Formats: sequence, C-alpha cells, structure tokens
Amino acid sequence: MSTLSNPVSTGATAGATAGFDVEKIRQDFPVLKQNIHGKPLVYLDSAATAQKPFAVIDAIRRFHEVDCANIHRGVHELSQRSTAAYEETRSKARRFLNARNKNELIFVRGTTEGINLVTSSWGRKNVQEDDEIVISAMEHHSNIVPWQMLCQEKGAKLRVIPMNDRGELLMEEYQKLLNPRTRMVAVTHVSNALGTINPIKQIIDMAHAAGALTLIDGAQATPHMKVDVQALDADFYAFSGHKVFGPTGIGILYGKTKLLNAMPPYQGGGDMIKVVTFEKTTYADIPYKFEAGTPNIAGGIGLGAALDYANQLGIDRIAAYEHALLAYGTEALTQIPGLRLIGTAREKASVLSFVMEGIHPHDIGTLLDRQGIAVRTGHHCAQPVMDFFNVPATTRASLAFYNTFGEIDALVAGLHKVKEVFA
Amino acid sequence: MVHDLYQEIILDHSKRPRNCHSMPDATRQADGYNPLCGDKLKLFVKVENDIVVDVSFVGSGCAISTASASLMTESLKGKTRQEALKLLEKFHELLTTDTAISQDLGKLVVFCGVRDYPARVKCATLAWHTLKSALSTEIAEPVTTE
Repeated sequence: MSTLSNPVSTGATAGATAGFDVEKIRQDFPVLKQNIHGKPLVYLDSAATAQKPFAVIDAIRRFHEVDCANIHRGVHELSQRSTAAYEETRSKARRFLNARNKNELIFVRGTTEGINLVTSSWGRKNVQEDDEIVISAMEHHSNIVPWQMLCQEKGAKLRVIPMNDRGELLMEEYQKLLNPRTRMVAVTHVSNALGTINPIKQIIDMAHAAGALTLIDGAQATPHMKVDVQALDADFYAFSGHKVFGPTGIGILYGKTKLLNAMPPYQGGGDMIKVVTFEKTTYADIPYKFEAGTPNIAGGIGLGAALDYANQLGIDRIAAYEHALLAYGTEALTQIPGLRLIGTAREKASVLSFVMEGIHPHDIGTLLDRQGIAVRTGHHCAQPVMDFFNVPATTRASLAFYNTFGEIDALVAGLHKVKEVFA
Repeated sequence: MVHDLYQEIILDHSKRPRNCHSMPDATRQADGYNPLCGDKLKLFVKVENDIVVDVSFVGSGCAISTASASLMTESLKGKTRQEALKLLEKFHELLTTDTAISQDLGKLVVFCGVRDYPARVKCATLAWHTLKSALSTEIAEPVTTE
C-alpha cells in the first residue's frame, strides 16, 4: 500500500490493512476516477448507494449486447442463456447468505420491496387485531411505514425497542416488549443513520423464545459483513443489490421455506402461475409464486457479478479493512472542535454521522461538494432517529472498501474549510 | 471557494438574522417546512390597509434558508400585498432561470448564486413560499405567541 493512501503506521491498522491493496481495487471502479469541481472525487456516500466495479458494468453490458432475451419458458438459445445467468444469481445469493435452498431467495426491487412483500403477504394473512409487531427506534422508514400500514389495516399495535444515547438498543426493554401477542420482530442489522451493528442473533433468539418471527433489514449489513441466515436462524432477511456494488432496482428477500410456502402470492401475473383458467389459477411453487411479471433481468445478472466481486475480495478482509478505516475516521473527526458524532455504539460499521455547532448539515454538504467530497445530509430516511438525538439532520460520511485513509484526511481538511467559511 | 453562493451578506444574515422573533399582534401567520433538510419556519405578517407593515420569523434552518428569510423580512416592509407577491415571483425567477437580474430585487440579488446549486433552491425559497401562504389566508384574531 502506498504511503499516500495510508498515512497510518500503527501496528493494529497496518495489521488489518496488510495485503489489502486499495489503490488496485480503486482501478475496478471507473466512477472514482474523476474530478468534481476541479478536485478529485472523494465518494463517502456508499450507504446511500455503492459504486459499481467494471465486473458489474460489463456483465450488464454483455447481457444487453449478447444474451438479451426474456427468461423462463423460451426454448431459443438467447432465452436459455438469459435464464441460466439470471437463475445463477439466485444460487449466488443462496451462497452469499448461506441459505439452505435456492428457492428461499426471492428477487425483489430492493430491501423496501422485500419488506413490503412480507407485510402484504405474510402480514395480511397472519396478523390480527391486537397482535403486536416490534420494530426498533433506529429503523429506516422502509422498516417502519409498511408495518404501520399493516397495523392500521388490522388494528394491530406497533411497539418500538428504545435505544440509548450511543445509539444502542436497550435489550432489557426489548425483552419487556415481547409477549404472546408479538407476531413479528422487524429490526435492522446495521443502522443506516448511526452505523450501529445490532446484536441480531440475540434479538432473533429472544423473539423465537417468545413465539414471534423475525425480519432483518440487511441493506446496510450485507456490504460490510458476512451474513449467515441459517446460523442467525432469521425467518426473513432482505437486502438491496445497489448497496452491495450491484445495480439499482434489484434485491433479495430470503424467507424460510415453510413460511414462504404458507404465504399467499404478493402480486398476480405471468410467471407466478402453474395453470390459469377463467375460473381458477393454481400458483407456482416458491420462489416463482412471488415473482410476477418480467423481472429486472439485467439487474439480476449484475447483482450476480457484484456478489462474485465481493466474494473474490473476501467479505472478512473487507470488514477488517473497513473497521480500521472507521476507527481512523472516528478518531480524526473527534479531533475537530464543535463536531459531535451521532451514533457512537461500541459495535459499528461504515457510518460517520455528525453535526457541527452552528453550521447546518445542508451547508456542510454543499461546501464539501465544492471540494469534491460527496457526503449525504438530511434525515437519512430515519426521522425518528433525528428526533431522538434532537437534531433536524446530520451529515453522514459512509465508507466502503474502496475508500482510503487519505480520503478521511481530505474530509477532515474539508470540514476545517467549512468552519473557516462560517467562522 | 464558494463565495458565489455564500456571499458575505448571506453569511451575515444567517449568523445574525434580522426580524427573528415572534409577533403577538400579527394579522397573518404561516408555517413552512422543508422535509428534505428538516428546515422549519414560522412566519408572522402584519397587514394594515393592504400594506405589509411588519414581518418576522422564527425557526431553524441552513444558512441559505435563514438568510433568505431574514432578507425577505427586510425587503417586504411597506409593500402592498400585490407588490409583495410580485417580488416573490421575481425572486423565484432569479433562482430558477437565466434571465437578466431584475433591478427591483435590491439586496436580494445576493441569492443569484443559488441558480448554480439546484439542490439549494428549495432552501432559498422556503420563506417566500411561506409568505405566499400567509398572504393568502387571513386570520381573524391576532396570533398568540407560544
């Protein structure tokens, strides 16, 4: 590793980042090689969407240039190639999450649709008046609103696991919320606004002990850590392709076979049927029962390439490198007078969310952008989190394995310039 | 670096906003909210014989939205309702089009840099949208401060 990209020479950091050639990895991401407002792009918004390696871009291009056809049922060569490539992603997703069976992986548009599929199909069938759904205080709107809609429709209650000032869930309070009326515990694996890694295995075990099912929002976890749905014993687990370096508009919902089999279809249409007459339709088996209509074929193929890419890098190596980067960033930002980190959980991934005294996040965002630094500002689709910390918004720098220690330094220098403007 | 956007006068008004207080004897008031960045603003207007005799605001927002509210309150006093709405139109034009800058805008021309930052147009127009709503709904009783 060049000294430019890694000015840190402490033993721990050197150990974690040894052999992780970030400069070489950056060559795989064409978008990173550009200037913004005359400065090299420093992309610190991967929690919103991750950048795409050539492997993904090429796979999508190859599909459109060489294999393009609709999938399933086609007997011609192109259709068979498309089908094989698309279905291969299902197998790759099975390995990525270590699911038992590839039929437990359903293609969806993203995490949001995955959650909506569960609330619409499982929820409508299984949740009744006075039943309870448990979510947490740090959920993204996508894991709040669908459950709220379901509760409203059924007269069920939404209960919320509270958190402490560091942004950690209060497990004793969670235990108190569980009761025989609890049908579902839906929580995020990693918080998009705070970076907190939740003790998801413990959360799932406690839910099961109370007789409830679990849905885990894996949108922010899958880009950063190994997920094993069997070891976790998660009932449902959803993630988005575009956050794991794949394209937008494609994602995966994992569900246990026996749950999926018992659920009614989510949408009706082609591809989700066995026999259709005007009197009656027999639905297809899982996963196709939940996949009506022509899907995002190119997206599915791109996602497969993205999962391959992440696997080749090694998700554990990615996690170790990012951990060192996050520790360095946390330390560096803490040194800036007037800056307060929002989200200081002991277990964190990828996210540096903060506010600065007397300077609104939106102004910080604009001023950083003029220096080529892309961060996100706002409520991060987690308004209840902002309310809890009593801030209107935060500035969020989110990291991926293609970020460098030098880029953290650029962020710090950029924030000092922001302070100068508002001095 | 970005002095085209954050001009001295904008920074000054964002740090020391003018007419930033509630108004017990306002005849009109309206709330403005920008869900994108969480900016909140409460606008108080006192209209007598169709003339805007006083304007004030309270709220929290970014530098652009605070300065815009502050400068707006200064530029409205003494204007008729019609003139105020006309100014809003010209201000909106300043931010969203490439047309020549109107001389009627006075100090408000400092916001001309915003047109190069489409994402920030909403910040600069929040107070003005709130003004439009305040001027179009009359309240019978003066508002009370909370």
